[in-house]
Amino acid sequence: MGSAHSLPAEMRALAEKTGFTSDQIEHLHRRFKQLSRDQLTIRKENFDSIPDLEFNPIRSKIVHAFFDKRNLRQESDGLADEIDFEDFLTIMSYFRPIETSMDEEQLERFRRDKLKFLFHMYDSDRDGKITLHEYRNVVEELLSGNPHLEKEAARSIADGAMMEAASICVGQMGPDQVYEGITFEDFLKMWQGIDIETKMHVRFLNMEPIGHCY
Amino acid sequence: MHPPNATSVIEESHAPDMGSLVLTRANLLNWLLLLLILVCPSAAVYSDEPNLSSSFLPHYEPDHGGAVGSSQDGRLHVFTVDYGYVQIPCEVTLWILLASLAKIGFHLYHRLPRLMPESCVLIVIGALVGAIIFGTDHKSPPVMNTSIYFLYLLPPIVLEEGYFMPTRPFFENFVSILWWSVLGSLLNSFGIGLSLYGVCQIEAFGLTDLNLLQNLLFGSMISAVDPVAALEVFEEASVNEQLYMMIFGESLLNDGITVVLYNIFIAFTQMHRYEEIESIDILAGFARFFVVGLGGVLFGIIFGFVSAFMTRFTHNISAIEPLLVFMFSYLSYLSAEILYISGILAMTACAVTMKKYVEENVSQNSYTTIKYFMKMLSSVSETLIFVFMGVSTVGKNHEWNWAFICFTLLFCLIWRALSVFALFYISNKFRTYPFTVKDQLIISYSGLRGASSFSLAFLLPVNLFPRKNLFITATLVVTYFTVFIQGITIGPLVRYLDVKKTNKKESINEEIHVRLMDHLKAGIEDICGHWSHYQLRDKFKKFDNKYLKKILIREHQPKSSIVSLYKKLEIKLAIEMAESGMISSTASTASLQSCRNRRVHRLSPAEVESMRDVLAHNLYQVRQRAPSYSRHNLPRDTNEKQAQEILIRRQHSLRQSCRKGNSLPWGGPASTMGVRCLSLPHGYCQPARRKARRVTFTDNYSSDSESVFPVTFRPQPRLRPLEVKHRQEELIPVARLDRLAGQSNLSGRRGNSVNRVDTLALMTKPRFTVGEVEEYESEEETEMMAPARPLAR
Repeated sequence: MGSAHSLPAEMRALAEKTGFTSDQIEHLHRRFKQLSRDQLTIRKENFDSIPDLEFNPIRSKIVHAFFDKRNLRQESDGLADEIDFEDFLTIMSYFRPIETSMDEEQLERFRRDKLKFLFHMYDSDRDGKITLHEYRNVVEELLSGNPHLEKEAARSIADGAMMEAASICVGQMGPDQVYEGITFEDFLKMWQGIDIETKMHVRFLNMEPIGHCY
Repeated sequence: MHPPNATSVIEESHAPDMGSLVLTRANLLNWLLLLLILVCPSAAVYSDEPNLSSSFLPHYEPDHGGAVGSSQDGRLHVFTVDYGYVQIPCEVTLWILLASLAKIGFHLYHRLPRLMPESCVLIVIGALVGAIIFGTDHKSPPVMNTSIYFLYLLPPIVLEEGYFMPTRPFFENFVSILWWSVLGSLLNSFGIGLSLYGVCQIEAFGLTDLNLLQNLLFGSMISAVDPVAALEVFEEASVNEQLYMMIFGESLLNDGITVVLYNIFIAFTQMHRYEEIESIDILAGFARFFVVGLGGVLFGIIFGFVSAFMTRFTHNISAIEPLLVFMFSYLSYLSAEILYISGILAMTACAVTMKKYVEENVSQNSYTTIKYFMKMLSSVSETLIFVFMGVSTVGKNHEWNWAFICFTLLFCLIWRALSVFALFYISNKFRTYPFTVKDQLIISYSGLRGASSFSLAFLLPVNLFPRKNLFITATLVVTYFTVFIQGITIGPLVRYLDVKKTNKKESINEEIHVRLMDHLKAGIEDICGHWSHYQLRDKFKKFDNKYLKKILIREHQPKSSIVSLYKKLEIKLAIEMAESGMISSTASTASLQSCRNRRVHRLSPAEVESMRDVLAHNLYQVRQRAPSYSRHNLPRDTNEKQAQEILIRRQHSLRQSCRKGNSLPWGGPASTMGVRCLSLPHGYCQPARRKARRVTFTDNYSSDSESVFPVTFRPQPRLRPLEVKHRQEELIPVARLDRLAGQSNLSGRRGNSVNRVDTLALMTKPRFTVGEVEEYESEEETEMMAPARPLAR
């Protein structure tokens, strides 16, 4: 276990940037080391070593999300090949629970960030819109754990959902207007009533570094 | 335009608001009249009959039996009256009927349920009956003694609470609920008991003969909350789910805990020598508390599984399914009571465990029966208890002591507030959704007492508690105060404080998002190696799916909640269409017939069969999902108006689709589902004011840039706020194919759209019952619609 990552100065910088406490950073660092087998970066293949993740229906989307440059707040587009610890932390910071010390503006930004993360998960072709095709993809994946379900059931569900979204987001449209897809603003509208802050969080309080990578 | 039937339907629904006043006045009069009619005979009955000893069994003394046929003077009487034989059942029935009539009247007048909880009405009726009984100096039938209460009156109430509990929110907040109810009850009991003991020490109040144990017992009794009224208010105000669950969970567990404490304290009191209670006994008391509590839950779970297993095999005799459910729950209660374990907790655990599997197994009719019967039983129990409470109010068994009663009231309020704020302060540190001060205020204000505390007071053994009457009076005062004053003011308080509302709408989008979130969270937690209750739930689900469901459910098909929701919405639509297809058959049956003949022969019997099967199968599986709780009512599944609304929208869009895009190239095998152009009989209206909104949706298949194939959606606006109680505001628009440029030939399009088969599958395809397939003519076009080609499946 190299000590290159655990310099206090770096830690402070990381804490600043991502909002984690030093304890949490240390925990996550240990986990990162486990996943990366003591390398400095993680690749997609490293995620294969997590046994429980196998059963997750949206596994590939989650893994992609880690490498998505939009989530990593990088200027360029596309998928990164590997990420380092800082990137790992950046992704994890999307799941921080809300803190009581946050003010209105911070809360708003927090919420927006989380929703943006979610949006990127849906929008796999990175064009800024969730099209029907992508939505269908998501629903199919979600229901993929159920072998009895026909594919078109998933499709019609996605279609129904899309229509609902159209009606919520766009309201009245002219007769020949075309609804291209859910943009991020529409997405925000859809989530207006639901409090994502409480749903999308992971408690980093007490984490034991369980499991070893097989 | 045709006279819009739908608008008339909708306008009709406005009518009740205006004519309702007249209507309700008439109804109120009727009700009052009926009430009088009922009351008079019972009063007459009370005053008439001789003072019989209060026994349960029909008392056939020899001379009495002789008196049936002959009178004192030895003649055969043609007409005799023997009231004593039926006295008890008769009076009980009269009480229940009276209370039911009162409830009917209560709900007739729209504004009353918003003002006050239903418990108020029950208490008033009870007081009325009590006044009558007292006035006629009649000895009331012994409806309430220990065994009757604990064996017959309490179980239905407990069972009903456990069965209708919404499981997912409950288990999500489980730790908080447990923490709050257990510690809250303990804190309240001991707090009130000890403070009252302190007050009793003051000589001036004349209460010094109440020792510590009695005070503690009283404390435990009086801290039994009955927040049904609060829950009704919450539901109406649609408060957020966490708040609702806290109160609900508290009421669920609180009964069990207070009864356990009550029994422990009574056991202590029975150890006559007060001074000899050593610390070992106190420790034993603690241990007993845990054994009783946890043992009860364990019992309940075992019985739940057994009963679920039994229902797996009942598909040939579905009539006994309700019986199984009730008997097994009751048995769990009784067998727990044998061992002095908490029967209440056992029954609750049994109901919760059993519910999920039983729902899957039993037939739809049995399910409805179970629900309604449970509600009925619990309603009856509660009514009887409240009536009895009213009866004993106007009785002679009172002892008024200003100090005790006032301090009791005061301490109840103070200790509840204290316990709420203290406990929630601690639990907020561990919660991701902390309860705000507003929430806590509401929770502390919603500590209404009810039937349970009164019953426990009434059942105190007099020999151990010489001042039992004092307790009864104090309990009654507290109950009246909380039910009337707090019950009436909690509604306005909730609205004034503007508590955070829930936003549960049954929308497919939300379901998908929530699902995605679940998986995302689980995934992230796996990645960062974090073990939380989320994964616990996940693991439980897996275990459940793998083993439990296979054993306990008949033909198990793993279902997804997204699919269930979607199917449910579709089925509801289908049912409504079927229903209203039968309702509105006003005009032109002749053309109907001919159309029908022409139409139906297109579909092969096999397809019909398969569609019927699918529909029936789905009907069987779909249940109501929104959490809601009311002791007195079952949530309504479909609103008539909503049905009409959906119907109209659907029909409008289908009309469009049938008009234009019938010959759909459904090409590929896997992606088509049977579409039947469902249309309604001719007279059915198109309300003029409905403007179709067409939202065209583009699906950009990346390959073919020029083949932007617009598909038009038709989400219809909801122009009237629907008075749906449970937020079922779904929007089911229908996609239809539109043509790019006028009348382009669809079949011509087929060539370049063969691989767009899945786009075309955007026509949502619910499976309708075929019986109601009829054609109709659109009012805008005179041409006959081209009959829709039956689409291959």
